[in-house]
Amino acid sequence: MSYSQTQTQAKSGYQAGVKDYKLTYYTPDYTPRDTDILAAFRVTPQPGVPPEEAGAAVAAESSTGTWTTVWTDLLTDLDRYKGRCYDIEPVPGEDNQFICFIAYPLDLFEEGSVTNMLTSIVGNVFGFKALRALRLEDLRIPIAYLKTFQGPPHGITVERDKLNKYGRPLLGCTIKPKLGLSAKNYGRAVYECLRGGLDFTKDDENINSQPFMRWRDRFLFVQEAIEKAQAETGEIKGHYLNVTAPTCEDMMKRAEFAKEIGTPIIMHDFLTGGFTANTTLAKYCRDNGLLLHIHRAMHAVIDRQKNHGMHFRVLAKCLRMSGGDHLHSGTVVGKLEGDKAITMGFVDLMREDHIEADRSRGIYFTQDWASMPGVMPVASGGIHIWHMPALVEIFGDDSCLQFGGGTLGHPWGNAPGATANRVALEACIQARNEGRNLMREGGDIIREAARWSPELAVACELWKEIKFEFEAMDTV
Amino acid sequence: MQTLPKEKRFETLSYLPPLSDAQITRQIDYMLRQGYFAAVEFNESSDPTECYWTMWKLPLFNARSAQEVLSEVQACRSTYPSCYIRVVGFDNVRQCQAMMFIVHKPNTNRY
Repeated sequence: MSYSQTQTQAKSGYQAGVKDYKLTYYTPDYTPRDTDILAAFRVTPQPGVPPEEAGAAVAAESSTGTWTTVWTDLLTDLDRYKGRCYDIEPVPGEDNQFICFIAYPLDLFEEGSVTNMLTSIVGNVFGFKALRALRLEDLRIPIAYLKTFQGPPHGITVERDKLNKYGRPLLGCTIKPKLGLSAKNYGRAVYECLRGGLDFTKDDENINSQPFMRWRDRFLFVQEAIEKAQAETGEIKGHYLNVTAPTCEDMMKRAEFAKEIGTPIIMHDFLTGGFTANTTLAKYCRDNGLLLHIHRAMHAVIDRQKNHGMHFRVLAKCLRMSGGDHLHSGTVVGKLEGDKAITMGFVDLMREDHIEADRSRGIYFTQDWASMPGVMPVASGGIHIWHMPALVEIFGDDSCLQFGGGTLGHPWGNAPGATANRVALEACIQARNEGRNLMREGGDIIREAARWSPELAVACELWKEIKFEFEAMDTV
Repeated sequence: MQTLPKEKRFETLSYLPPLSDAQITRQIDYMLRQGYFAAVEFNESSDPTECYWTMWKLPLFNARSAQEVLSEVQACRSTYPSCYIRVVGFDNVRQCQAMMFIVHKPNTNRY
């Protein structure tokens, strides 16, 4: 058939038994088709297993193969359905690690299903005995497959239009303590932050609907806080109401209530909640005009080990397909993990339309998103006003910067804390647009603004000395 | 310790002291360097649910310098001194509004 460039020998009759995977699934002559899903795996074979066999085993076990031949293989056209390991490169500096490139035909996957794609590509194969470890570094999603996904409910440009905020990053804050506040006290903390100049506040991911604060009470008190702050400041405000729930029915009930009370944005944890739930929610959000903020609890379980699991860039791509308007992406400068070049690599994959392959940033494949809306990266965790110049320089305008402790920990409280952050942000934007170098002059820019903003001056005094300096684990 | 006063704000750059004409010019310069088209708009109210303010003439598609845009801001300000005025930037490649900042806020404020 015209679709196969490599031949599987099926006409010689059925021979039961165990056959080397590489005879069928290692095809170095194959040229990937535009419609193939491509995967780059970091493979660490068990000692004695040659890389071709390991790569072929990954291709087989994540597509049509099983450990022994079966007669029903002869009732199908393997060349149409099999995954193919088409290239293998040794990893420099490692004696037993290889990047194996695998191509999967489009017909292996259900349309519009991130769940199905991941179940196939990163299913059983990760526990496979012949491998010591296995990590999925990147995926190339063909346009033919992308077009079967809705993607983000609104995307960056529509979000800006809905919020009427342009030419600067958005500012947010997670309400703390993350557990134990009553709904009414919680709403007060939200109001104080928003009236001080933040655009958004956020439910902590742990907050769903516990005995100390049931979801419906929280939604109502928070909505009052949003409306009051909006009326007083004349700026549009929001709070990420977390609708993550034990069942999809509960999740949808919370989302529907959020829509009913007229809140602008809700929130979901896409990994603990699962891709099926997330995709359902994203479609509901587009149909009902709700923005969708996505948290990534559990990601480090999957993405932190260099030789096993999945890189976050894969999770980020999957989220863009499943749907979300915001996604947490690390800060580069704060308390959480992240090398700058690699982080900015997957930030580009979240928000740009066309991203060229660039191995120095960990991007193995050129990815074209075919006009799918972009996801706004959220930098959150351990950041404060002194980080602002670097954050603006690194992330640019299309990002959401979240200062939790950096707002609530202000000596005068939430509202002045929020103002301090907003003043610092706008001083940086003004300076950048005037052509000043934020990396070099950032400290001066903050200090100059602190001369006329007492809220910022107090914050500068408090946080001067805090630094987080550990070596990043995430290296190319 | 101080209580934060209640104040109206006007989105980007409204938490800074009022911009001087020289500062406005430098922001417009940046806008033009990005390849955006500048426009001036004004309104009696700054209610956040009103996203459209009234356009001052048309967007300045032919503006070669920030000074030309600033002159329109000044003309708008002298005609409508009690209105809020902002400058917006349109990006026709990404097909969206890309910038917006307040340049005239009557009856304000701390900073």
